[in-house]
Amino acid sequence: MGAIQNKLVEPVSDELALVRAAKQGDDSAFEELVRRYDRNVFRIAQHITQNREDAEDVVQEAFLKAYGNLAKFQEQSKFYTWLVRIAVNEALMKLRRRRPERTVSLDEEIKTEDDSLPREIADWSPNPEQQYTQAELREILSKTIQGLPPGFRTVFVLRDVEGLSTEETAAALELSVPAVKSRLLRARLQLRERLGRYFQKRESGDGNQ
Amino acid sequence: MKCSEFLQELTNYLEGVLDEKTKAELENHLSWCHNCYVVCDTTKKTIEIYRDSQLYELPEDLRTRLRSAIMTKCLQQKKRGPQSV
Repeated sequence: MGAIQNKLVEPVSDELALVRAAKQGDDSAFEELVRRYDRNVFRIAQHITQNREDAEDVVQEAFLKAYGNLAKFQEQSKFYTWLVRIAVNEALMKLRRRRPERTVSLDEEIKTEDDSLPREIADWSPNPEQQYTQAELREILSKTIQGLPPGFRTVFVLRDVEGLSTEETAAALELSVPAVKSRLLRARLQLRERLGRYFQKRESGDGNQ
Repeated sequence: MKCSEFLQELTNYLEGVLDEKTKAELENHLSWCHNCYVVCDTTKKTIEIYRDSQLYELPEDLRTRLRSAIMTKCLQQKKRGPQSV
Protein backbone atom coordinates (compact mmCIF):
# COMPACT_ATOMS: atom_id res chain seq x y z
CA MET A 1 0.00 0.00 0.00
CA GLY A 2 1.56 3.23 -1.07
CA ALA A 3 1.26 6.75 0.20
CA ILE A 4 -1.91 8.71 -0.29
CA GLN A 5 -1.55 11.55 -2.72
CA ASN A 6 -2.61 14.97 -1.60
CA LYS A 7 -5.35 16.65 -3.54
CA LEU A 8 -3.80 19.98 -4.37
CA VAL A 9 -6.10 22.94 -4.02
CA GLU A 10 -5.01 25.13 -6.91
CA PRO A 11 -1.71 26.24 -8.32
CA VAL A 12 -0.46 28.95 -6.01
CA SER A 13 2.05 30.51 -8.38
CA ASP A 14 0.06 33.68 -8.93
CA GLU A 15 -1.77 33.68 -5.61
CA LEU A 16 0.66 36.16 -4.15
CA ALA A 17 0.33 38.42 -7.18
CA LEU A 18 -3.45 38.44 -6.71
CA VAL A 19 -3.10 39.17 -3.00
CA ARG A 20 -0.74 42.06 -3.66
CA ALA A 21 -3.00 43.50 -6.34
CA ALA A 22 -5.96 43.21 -3.96
CA LYS A 23 -3.96 44.99 -1.26
CA GLN A 24 -3.39 47.81 -3.74
CA GLY A 25 -7.15 48.15 -4.12
CA ASP A 26 -7.75 45.94 -7.15
CA ASP A 27 -11.13 44.43 -6.29
CA SER A 28 -11.23 42.20 -9.33
CA ALA A 29 -8.08 40.52 -7.97
CA PHE A 30 -9.86 39.91 -4.69
CA GLU A 31 -12.89 38.58 -6.57
CA GLU A 32 -10.56 36.14 -8.30
CA LEU A 33 -9.38 34.92 -4.88
CA VAL A 34 -13.02 34.44 -3.89
CA ARG A 35 -13.63 32.49 -7.08
CA ARG A 36 -10.59 30.37 -6.39
CA TYR A 37 -11.38 29.39 -2.84
CA ASP A 38 -15.13 29.78 -2.24
CA ARG A 39 -15.86 26.10 -2.82
CA ASN A 40 -13.14 25.03 -0.39
CA VAL A 41 -14.31 27.46 2.28
CA PHE A 42 -17.92 26.31 1.84
CA ARG A 43 -16.94 22.63 2.18
CA ILE A 44 -14.89 23.29 5.29
CA ALA A 45 -17.66 25.42 6.82
CA GLN A 46 -20.33 22.85 6.07
CA HIS A 47 -18.21 20.06 7.55
CA ILE A 48 -17.69 22.00 10.75
CA THR A 49 -21.13 23.56 11.21
CA GLN A 50 -23.16 20.73 9.62
CA ASN A 51 -25.65 23.41 8.65
CA ARG A 52 -26.12 24.79 5.18
CA GLU A 53 -27.27 28.25 6.21
CA ASP A 54 -24.38 28.65 8.64
CA ALA A 55 -21.94 27.49 5.98
CA GLU A 56 -23.23 30.15 3.58
CA ASP A 57 -22.80 32.80 6.28
CA VAL A 58 -19.29 31.57 7.05
CA VAL A 59 -18.28 31.89 3.39
CA GLN A 60 -19.46 35.50 3.31
CA GLU A 61 -18.04 36.47 6.68
CA ALA A 62 -14.68 34.79 6.08
CA PHE A 63 -14.10 36.58 2.77
CA LEU A 64 -15.36 39.86 4.16
CA LYS A 65 -12.97 39.58 7.10
CA ALA A 66 -10.13 38.62 4.81
CA TYR A 67 -10.90 41.68 2.66
CA GLY A 68 -11.02 43.98 5.67
CA ASN A 69 -7.80 42.61 7.12
CA LEU A 70 -5.83 42.13 3.94
CA ALA A 71 -3.36 44.84 4.92
CA LYS A 72 -2.54 42.81 8.05
CA PHE A 73 -1.81 39.65 6.06
CA GLN A 74 1.95 39.28 6.41
CA GLU A 75 2.48 36.96 3.42
CA GLN A 76 4.43 34.56 5.62
CA SER A 77 1.95 31.79 4.94
CA LYS A 78 -0.15 31.06 1.89
CA PHE A 79 -3.19 33.29 1.58
CA TYR A 80 -5.32 30.15 1.47
CA THR A 81 -4.00 28.92 4.84
CA TRP A 82 -4.71 32.34 6.36
CA LEU A 83 -8.21 32.33 4.86
CA VAL A 84 -8.87 28.82 6.18
CA ARG A 85 -7.90 29.95 9.67
CA ILE A 86 -10.43 32.80 9.48
CA ALA A 87 -13.11 30.46 8.10
CA VAL A 88 -12.53 27.79 10.75
CA ASN A 89 -12.84 30.39 13.51
CA GLU A 90 -16.06 31.75 12.02
CA ALA A 91 -17.46 28.23 11.66
CA LEU A 92 -16.60 27.29 15.24
CA MET A 93 -18.27 30.48 16.44
CA LYS A 94 -21.45 29.51 14.58
CA LEU A 95 -21.33 26.09 16.13
CA ARG A 96 -20.92 27.51 19.63
CA ARG A 97 -23.89 29.77 19.08
CA ARG A 98 -26.05 26.86 17.99
CA ARG A 99 -24.92 24.47 20.67
CA PRO A 100 -24.15 26.55 23.73
CA GLU A 101 -24.77 23.53 25.92
CA ARG A 102 -21.89 21.62 24.37
CA THR A 103 -18.23 22.46 24.53
CA VAL A 104 -16.91 23.30 21.12
CA SER A 105 -13.17 23.47 21.12
CA LEU A 106 -10.22 22.33 19.11
CA ASP A 107 -8.44 21.55 22.35
CA GLU A 108 -10.57 18.63 23.33
CA GLU A 109 -9.15 16.36 25.91
CA ILE A 110 -7.14 13.54 24.46
CA LYS A 111 -8.14 10.35 26.15
CA THR A 112 -5.83 7.41 26.71
CA GLU A 113 -4.17 5.79 23.75
CA ASP A 114 -6.25 2.65 24.22
CA ASP A 115 -9.29 4.66 23.32
CA SER A 116 -8.21 4.87 19.71
CA LEU A 117 -7.53 1.16 19.38
CA PRO A 118 -9.90 -0.26 16.82
CA ARG A 119 -12.55 -2.52 18.30
CA GLU A 120 -14.23 -3.58 15.09
CA ILE A 121 -11.84 -5.26 12.72
CA ALA A 122 -14.19 -6.89 10.22
CA ASP A 123 -13.09 -6.34 6.65
CA TRP A 124 -15.07 -4.32 4.11
CA SER A 125 -16.43 -5.63 0.90
CA PRO A 126 -14.44 -4.62 -2.18
CA ASN A 127 -15.60 -1.25 -3.60
CA PRO A 128 -18.09 -0.81 -0.76
CA GLU A 129 -19.16 2.60 -2.04
CA GLN A 130 -20.66 0.93 -5.09
CA GLN A 131 -23.29 -0.78 -2.94
CA TYR A 132 -25.01 2.57 -2.61
CA THR A 133 -26.29 5.28 -4.91
CA GLN A 134 -24.43 8.59 -4.90
CA ALA A 135 -27.17 10.17 -2.82
CA GLU A 136 -27.20 7.31 -0.30
CA LEU A 137 -23.43 7.40 -0.06
CA ARG A 138 -23.39 11.15 0.63
CA GLU A 139 -26.02 10.66 3.31
CA ILE A 140 -23.90 7.94 4.94
CA LEU A 141 -20.71 10.01 4.78
CA SER A 142 -22.43 13.10 6.08
CA LYS A 143 -24.11 11.26 8.96
CA THR A 144 -20.89 9.49 9.84
CA ILE A 145 -18.71 12.59 10.00
CA GLN A 146 -21.36 14.45 12.02
CA GLY A 147 -20.78 11.94 14.80
CA LEU A 148 -17.17 13.06 15.28
CA PRO A 149 -16.29 15.80 17.77
CA PRO A 150 -15.84 19.14 15.92
CA GLY A 151 -12.11 19.24 16.68
CA PHE A 152 -11.58 15.88 15.02
CA ARG A 153 -13.71 16.48 11.95
CA THR A 154 -12.05 19.86 11.42
CA VAL A 155 -8.60 18.27 11.32
CA PHE A 156 -9.88 15.47 9.07
CA VAL A 157 -11.51 17.80 6.57
CA LEU A 158 -8.51 20.12 6.29
CA ARG A 159 -5.96 17.36 6.04
CA ASP A 160 -7.76 14.58 4.18
CA VAL A 161 -10.55 16.27 2.22
CA GLU A 162 -8.93 19.60 1.37
CA GLY A 163 -5.42 18.19 1.17
CA LEU A 164 -3.63 20.72 3.38
CA SER A 165 -0.31 19.42 4.67
CA THR A 166 0.02 18.51 8.33
CA GLU A 167 2.01 21.70 8.90
CA GLU A 168 -0.55 23.86 7.08
CA THR A 169 -3.36 22.25 9.07
CA ALA A 170 -1.47 22.95 12.28
CA ALA A 171 -0.94 26.58 11.24
CA ALA A 172 -4.57 27.07 10.21
CA LEU A 173 -5.86 25.65 13.50
CA GLU A 174 -3.08 27.04 15.70
CA LEU A 175 -2.35 23.55 16.94
CA SER A 176 1.00 21.78 17.23
CA VAL A 177 1.98 19.23 14.57
CA PRO A 178 1.81 16.32 17.08
CA ALA A 179 -1.68 17.49 18.14
CA VAL A 180 -2.81 17.49 14.49
CA LYS A 181 -1.36 14.02 13.94
CA SER A 182 -2.99 12.64 17.06
CA ARG A 183 -6.41 14.07 16.15
CA LEU A 184 -6.05 12.95 12.58
CA LEU A 185 -5.33 9.36 13.60
CA ARG A 186 -8.30 9.30 15.94
CA ALA A 187 -10.60 10.93 13.41
CA ARG A 188 -9.59 8.48 10.69
CA LEU A 189 -9.96 5.44 12.94
CA GLN A 190 -13.33 6.57 14.25
CA LEU A 191 -14.65 7.26 10.76
CA ARG A 192 -13.32 3.91 9.58
CA GLU A 193 -15.08 2.12 12.39
CA ARG A 194 -18.37 3.94 11.84
CA LEU A 195 -18.30 3.43 8.07
CA GLY A 196 -17.71 -0.27 8.70
CA ARG A 197 -21.34 -0.55 9.75
CA TYR A 198 -22.32 0.21 6.17
CA PHE A 199 -19.41 -1.26 4.26
CA GLN A 200 -18.72 -4.50 6.07
CA LYS A 201 -18.24 -7.66 4.12
CA ARG A 202 -21.41 -9.65 4.54
CA GLU A 203 -20.83 -13.33 5.19
CA SER A 204 -24.45 -14.30 4.58
CA GLY A 205 -24.59 -12.30 1.38
CA ASP A 206 -28.15 -11.13 1.95
CA GLY A 207 -27.12 -7.51 1.61
CA ASN A 208 -29.29 -6.22 4.44
CA GLN A 209 -28.18 -3.98 7.29
CA MET B 1 6.49 -4.40 15.99
CA LYS B 2 3.36 -4.68 18.14
CA CYS B 3 -0.13 -3.72 16.97
CA SER B 4 -0.11 -0.59 19.18
CA GLU B 5 3.21 0.48 17.64
CA PHE B 6 1.79 -0.09 14.19
CA LEU B 7 -1.11 2.23 15.00
CA GLN B 8 1.26 4.94 16.18
CA GLU B 9 3.04 4.80 12.82
CA LEU B 10 -0.09 4.45 10.68
CA THR B 11 -0.48 8.18 9.99
CA ASN B 12 3.14 8.56 8.95
CA TYR B 13 2.90 5.42 6.85
CA LEU B 14 -0.17 6.63 4.95
CA GLU B 15 1.56 9.95 4.49
CA GLY B 16 4.58 8.17 3.03
CA VAL B 17 7.00 9.89 5.40
CA LEU B 18 8.40 6.87 7.26
CA ASP B 19 12.08 6.08 7.13
CA GLU B 20 12.96 2.88 5.27
CA LYS B 21 13.68 0.85 8.40
CA THR B 22 10.38 1.63 10.15
CA LYS B 23 8.49 1.18 6.90
CA ALA B 24 10.01 -2.28 6.44
CA GLU B 25 9.13 -3.24 10.03
CA LEU B 26 5.59 -2.01 9.53
CA GLU B 27 5.14 -3.87 6.27
CA ASN B 28 6.53 -6.98 7.87
CA HIS B 29 3.92 -6.60 10.61
CA LEU B 30 1.20 -6.15 8.00
CA SER B 31 2.29 -9.31 6.21
CA TRP B 32 1.30 -11.54 9.13
CA CYS B 33 -1.14 -9.48 11.23
CA HIS B 34 -4.47 -9.66 9.43
CA ASN B 35 -6.25 -7.27 11.81
CA CYS B 36 -3.73 -4.49 11.27
CA TYR B 37 -3.79 -5.14 7.55
CA VAL B 38 -7.57 -4.66 7.56
CA VAL B 39 -7.34 -1.53 9.70
CA CYS B 40 -4.70 -0.05 7.41
CA ASP B 41 -6.57 -0.93 4.24
CA THR B 42 -9.97 0.29 5.41
CA THR B 43 -8.51 3.49 6.89
CA LYS B 44 -7.00 4.23 3.52
CA LYS B 45 -10.36 3.52 1.87
CA THR B 46 -12.08 5.80 4.38
CA ILE B 47 -9.83 8.68 3.37
CA GLU B 48 -10.28 7.99 -0.33
CA ILE B 49 -14.07 7.72 -0.09
CA TYR B 50 -14.33 11.07 1.68
CA ARG B 51 -11.85 12.70 -0.66
CA ASP B 52 -13.71 11.51 -3.75
CA SER B 53 -17.21 12.00 -2.36
CA GLN B 54 -17.87 15.55 -3.57
CA LEU B 55 -19.71 16.02 -0.32
CA TYR B 56 -20.96 19.56 0.18
CA GLU B 57 -20.27 20.90 -3.28
CA LEU B 58 -21.33 24.50 -3.67
CA PRO B 59 -24.06 24.69 -6.34
CA GLU B 60 -23.17 27.09 -9.14
CA ASP B 61 -26.22 29.37 -8.69
CA LEU B 62 -25.62 29.72 -4.96
CA ARG B 63 -21.95 30.30 -5.68
CA THR B 64 -22.70 33.21 -7.97
CA ARG B 65 -25.13 34.66 -5.45
CA LEU B 66 -22.63 34.39 -2.60
CA ARG B 67 -19.81 35.92 -4.61
CA SER B 68 -21.96 38.84 -5.64
CA ALA B 69 -23.06 39.39 -2.01
CA ILE B 70 -19.44 39.20 -0.83
CA MET B 71 -18.21 41.74 -3.37
CA THR B 72 -21.11 44.12 -2.64
CA LYS B 73 -20.37 44.00 1.09
CA CYS B 74 -16.63 44.42 0.48
CA LEU B 75 -17.23 47.57 -1.55
CA GLN B 76 -19.60 48.94 1.11
CA GLN B 77 -16.94 48.27 3.71
CA LYS B 78 -14.37 50.06 1.58
CA LYS B 79 -16.59 53.12 1.24
CA ARG B 80 -17.11 53.28 4.99
CA GLY B 81 -13.35 53.31 5.40
CA PRO B 82 -11.09 51.09 7.48
CA GLN B 83 -12.58 49.58 10.61
CA SER B 84 -11.52 47.04 13.13
CA VAL B 85 -12.99 43.64 12.38
